[in-house]
Amino acid sequence: MAHEVCVNQGECRTVEFFALLGLGGLLILGAMYAFFTLEHHGHILTGMNNQIVWGLPHVVAVFLIVAASGALNVASIGSVFGKDVYKRRAPLSGMLALALLSGGLGVLVLDLGRPDRLIVAMTRYNFHSIFALNMIFYNGFFAIVGLYLVTLMERKLKYWTRPVGFLAFFWRLGLTTATGSIFGFIVARAGYNSALMAPMFIIMSFAYGLAIFMVVQASMYSWNGLTLDLAIRRRMKKLLAVFVGASLYFTVVFHLTNLYFAKQWDYEQFILLDGGIFTLLFWVGQVFIGAVLPLSLLFINRSQGEHLVSFSVLAPLFVVVGGLCQMYVTIVGGQAFPLTLFPGHEVHSSFYDGVVHAYHPGIYEWLLGLGGVGITFTLTVVAVRVFKFLPQDDFKTVLMRRSTD
Amino acid sequence: MSDSVNSKQEDRRDFLKAGGLVAGITLAPGLLFYGVAQSRAPEEGVSSRQRWGMLIDTTKCADGCNDCVTACNTENGLSGKTGPQDSQWIRKLNVKDLHTGYVQSLPMMCQHCENPPCVDVCPTGASTKRADGIVLVDRHACIGCRYCMMACPYKARSFVHEPLHDQKPDVPRGKGCVESCTFCVQRVDKGEQPACVEACDAKGHKAMVFGDLKDPQSAISRALKSTDSVEVRADLALGTGVRYQGI
Repeated sequence: MAHEVCVNQGECRTVEFFALLGLGGLLILGAMYAFFTLEHHGHILTGMNNQIVWGLPHVVAVFLIVAASGALNVASIGSVFGKDVYKRRAPLSGMLALALLSGGLGVLVLDLGRPDRLIVAMTRYNFHSIFALNMIFYNGFFAIVGLYLVTLMERKLKYWTRPVGFLAFFWRLGLTTATGSIFGFIVARAGYNSALMAPMFIIMSFAYGLAIFMVVQASMYSWNGLTLDLAIRRRMKKLLAVFVGASLYFTVVFHLTNLYFAKQWDYEQFILLDGGIFTLLFWVGQVFIGAVLPLSLLFINRSQGEHLVSFSVLAPLFVVVGGLCQMYVTIVGGQAFPLTLFPGHEVHSSFYDGVVHAYHPGIYEWLLGLGGVGITFTLTVVAVRVFKFLPQDDFKTVLMRRSTD
Repeated sequence: MSDSVNSKQEDRRDFLKAGGLVAGITLAPGLLFYGVAQSRAPEEGVSSRQRWGMLIDTTKCADGCNDCVTACNTENGLSGKTGPQDSQWIRKLNVKDLHTGYVQSLPMMCQHCENPPCVDVCPTGASTKRADGIVLVDRHACIGCRYCMMACPYKARSFVHEPLHDQKPDVPRGKGCVESCTFCVQRVDKGEQPACVEACDAKGHKAMVFGDLKDPQSAISRALKSTDSVEVRADLALGTGVRYQGI
């Protein structure tokens, strides 16, 4: 045990650590199995088809990528806006951002039709393509946030933290703008093609990233037998409430704008009223579980003694579930609604024109999606064990309150 | 005396006439071939002096006739299956006006846009537009991300979901890549017509005219000049190479 790589020697819990590692490893193994099977047999084994070309793997991938830039927000509030409580959380925030981005990109790459040509994607850039610009943003994000982490961890470089933090902040804004624009720039589909996509993705990234950060932070504290200070918890909960509220606001504006345009009515009716699984996921998943429920939890007034830790974990967990539902509605719902070739006409063909497209994700899509979560999870578990990512608050006070709050 | 002068003048006139005729016969093909020489030899690269396009007369396109689709499948080695994961480069659409109930039938395929969204969004540049306007996918650069399928307003692209066998040597296709109508580029480059157009002509419908939009004397240019035609989703201002009349 003396040679164990473990930051908090008193709380090493090696068996549990390897159990977590095993869990993450299993998820990654599952994704690798799906990847090699699809690489050999093709996407015919998936539920994706020529109508729904991006399925469950993309839902998870885009969610993780968006959450990655949001997770970095905690560090930005510290380094850019100078808030001390957040400064102490900057290393964890940066690491989590890198882990989330790795998971998201991992799924995207494993789902490619020709993943063996990744080198082509890395060497040939079509600068007209927002997708290609995204790749530059992703690679740059790794480099800048990596550098940012170095400046945070190396005392000699601490004067660089602020400028690199600024750069990381603007880079992440650019990254999420570009990710939202992947959909915003699709001119032909009723569900996309909106300038609102980019800012909406940014505000949603704030909510998803902070929610994941809060869950990870709470788990780390619990793992080490600590309880996060009430003031800090309250502060982060308020921030999460602001982000969730703002996301809900953007969602309302997006749909209201569509409802104002007659040509968008059919699409809005599909998502809001009669779209089956998409309507259900929108109202129950995105709106109720992802916004109304967490907002209620976050705003419930409680006396200090009763203030349950679980509330600051439950609410962000609901935000994560709601976020995944939102991505499903946006990405799959946007494709399920048929393209309008001839406005005012009814169209039929052997290629499923004019009909709502069905999508039933198969086992391989689930394995790929879970693999992305597995990559993020494993990287996080290893990172928080070998580096000092536990936010260094005033521990004496926190330890004293351990069982009282 | 005067008779001999007259006959000499007539001889001269005949000589000039004959000379002019011979000169005309000699020079005319040269001038004609000069025009032909503006077109591309098979071994030459493609040039922007041409812009291939198609005009589809929906009033001549018969409901229930699928010959263009069958010809495309045969020419390009497609299975002809119509499952949700099968490739379809061209399909017949039944279009019904919701206000009047008027029903039309027409073929839909890649519209070979002047400003193709698929080319704009492709991260590796695999989706490409040739100088002569034909939109193609580079089989060696396509990574199978399917963003072009998301972006195409005409749902013209298919993703190859399974391994392929017995492919046509001049129509390369591959699992994990995206593909679509090529205007039968392998035929066009040899000076032939796309398979769908040939099949439509063979059936006697003659609903499809293919040719060079930049050549004012081509059948398609003359037809376009004499009749009203439209682009599908003209509101997107993509400048399609395929135009429709009768809709």
